[in-house]
Amino acid sequence: MQHGKYRFIVGFLALPLIIYAIFVISPFVQAFQISMTDWSGLVGTAQFVGLDNFEKLWDSDDFWNALRHNIYMLALVPVVTLGLGLFFAFMLNVGGRRRKNEVVTGVAGSKLYKFVFFFPQVISITIIAVIWFNIYNPDPQDGMLNSLLGAVGLDSLQNSWLGEKSLALWCISAVMVWGHVGFYVVLFSAAMASIPRDIYEAALLDGANRFHTFFKITLPLLWDTVQTGWVYMGIIALDAFALVQIMSVNMGGPDGATDVMPLRLYLTAFRDSQFGYASAMGIAMLIVTMTFAVLTMRFARRERIEY
Amino acid sequence: MTTEEIETVAKLDTPATVPAKLGPTNGRSSEGSVLNVFSHGILIVWALMVGVPLLWVLWSAFKDSNGILTDPWGLPTVLHWENWSNAWNDANMGQYFINTVIVVGGSVIGTMVLGSMAAYVLARFTFPGNRFIYYLFVAGMSFPVFMLVIPLFFVLRDFPGSSLLATYHGLILVYIAYSLPFTVFFMTAFFRTLPTTVAEAAMIDGASHTRTFFQVMLPMAKPGLISIGIFNFLGQWNQYLLPMVLNQQEDKYVLTQGLAMIALQQGYENDWGALMAGMMIAMLPVLVVYTIFQRQVQSGLTAGALK
Repeated sequence: MQHGKYRFIVGFLALPLIIYAIFVISPFVQAFQISMTDWSGLVGTAQFVGLDNFEKLWDSDDFWNALRHNIYMLALVPVVTLGLGLFFAFMLNVGGRRRKNEVVTGVAGSKLYKFVFFFPQVISITIIAVIWFNIYNPDPQDGMLNSLLGAVGLDSLQNSWLGEKSLALWCISAVMVWGHVGFYVVLFSAAMASIPRDIYEAALLDGANRFHTFFKITLPLLWDTVQTGWVYMGIIALDAFALVQIMSVNMGGPDGATDVMPLRLYLTAFRDSQFGYASAMGIAMLIVTMTFAVLTMRFARRERIEY
Repeated sequence: MTTEEIETVAKLDTPATVPAKLGPTNGRSSEGSVLNVFSHGILIVWALMVGVPLLWVLWSAFKDSNGILTDPWGLPTVLHWENWSNAWNDANMGQYFINTVIVVGGSVIGTMVLGSMAAYVLARFTFPGNRFIYYLFVAGMSFPVFMLVIPLFFVLRDFPGSSLLATYHGLILVYIAYSLPFTVFFMTAFFRTLPTTVAEAAMIDGASHTRTFFQVMLPMAKPGLISIGIFNFLGQWNQYLLPMVLNQQEDKYVLTQGLAMIALQQGYENDWGALMAGMMIAMLPVLVVYTIFQRQVQSGLTAGALK
């Protein structure tokens, strides 16, 4: 068995490791290095400037503005998405109780619902952005949302959506929710399927209604999954790059109302060629993301329930 | 409180049957039917909110620009098949489609081969550094891609020999590198679950380590390979940020870039029908894969969140 073992190990690991080291590990290390230079990328000479880029970032109103928008999304989008996901998953798996011989069952057609709900998860974010750009089209005839509102007599609610400074960010957040609810329906469905049926049976015999069943049984037993989903959705809310880049007026507009950190980084690097400064933004984003993940894990921790 | 009261009353009315069955006869059905109408209502509304925009793309792909803009909700009166050839030829979607197939084809195969090779060695052999290499790969799952794109751009631009920017093999290598962390993580867990006896029997029969891997272990790992293969296919087909930064040459664009470019440049006089047909061209492979492999897609993607 030992014959040629090490030659085999080296042979199988070498290529994956080399590719991974060149394209993932080395950029990770270089990001820190570049963030401390004034590199403009065009000429090969970069001056070491220490923490100057970070000071500049701290004083930058633009970056704080973008960060604030990401924080708004972080506070709103995961709550709504996971809330809807939990609600739908509960309806599809535990909500129906009309069939004989089965105590706990989903509503009729739950497979079809899951299939449809999950759809946005498999299509490209570019396509989602283009579709919603057309839904939000401000023209009362052309825009799907406005023409729908007009058709049902709610003309007063017609709006310029993405063009309206106070609404644009929430319009983009709504797309994020729309795109991810189905994912959580499937995720929570899988977790609910592993909850033993007899727990529900016992609760039903004790006279629990659906409201109690959800808050006293399903949610506590799902808590680990909810927590992981929260971190995952939070990271998505801290991104939002493709949606903002494609949908928003003038990339991050109107008037900076939808600017987000990744867009700022992208424009600073690849439009303004300030690679050192943009790298400092990348490090700042890493810190924000890590802080969020650690805080969530810390505050959401509860006693594990064994079953 | 009211539902509880109703339930209590209902239970008192039918004392003999309560412990025996929980079917529609024991008074719960009244709560059930009201709630079922309500929950079905919400489920249907959400299904429409997801389904209608996607169907809208499909039927708009057969309308002329005028029809899309003046009557966004109307069905096509005449089927404008020319939208599809306009998208394929004039809007270059054909070229982008071929580029995407080459890049995604190469990188899915590369990721699967290299990822399972590394995972097999890490799962089945003990050698110094095994844990370190495993965690090095797994750590890659938590690096935000945004932080890495700036250094990555220069790694590709200054690659020894020739620049890898806007080349097929450059993109393929990058896609492989960024898919390796999850693939290695997933496949390592999978190889650990496979029985050792079959591999040992093959070795006793004189098969080399390499031969055992390709002819015995890989076929046994087929279910895992399918799940992770679909996961990688969807992720790489829909990839947006990496090609945006590393592939800024129009004749090498992938579908997501091509669509974003057309959508961003689209004035109101342009060919909307072709844009919609282009979106269908970009979505079709994904829709086919999702419809055939729904179960694997859903479990594969949700496994990705629980990494």
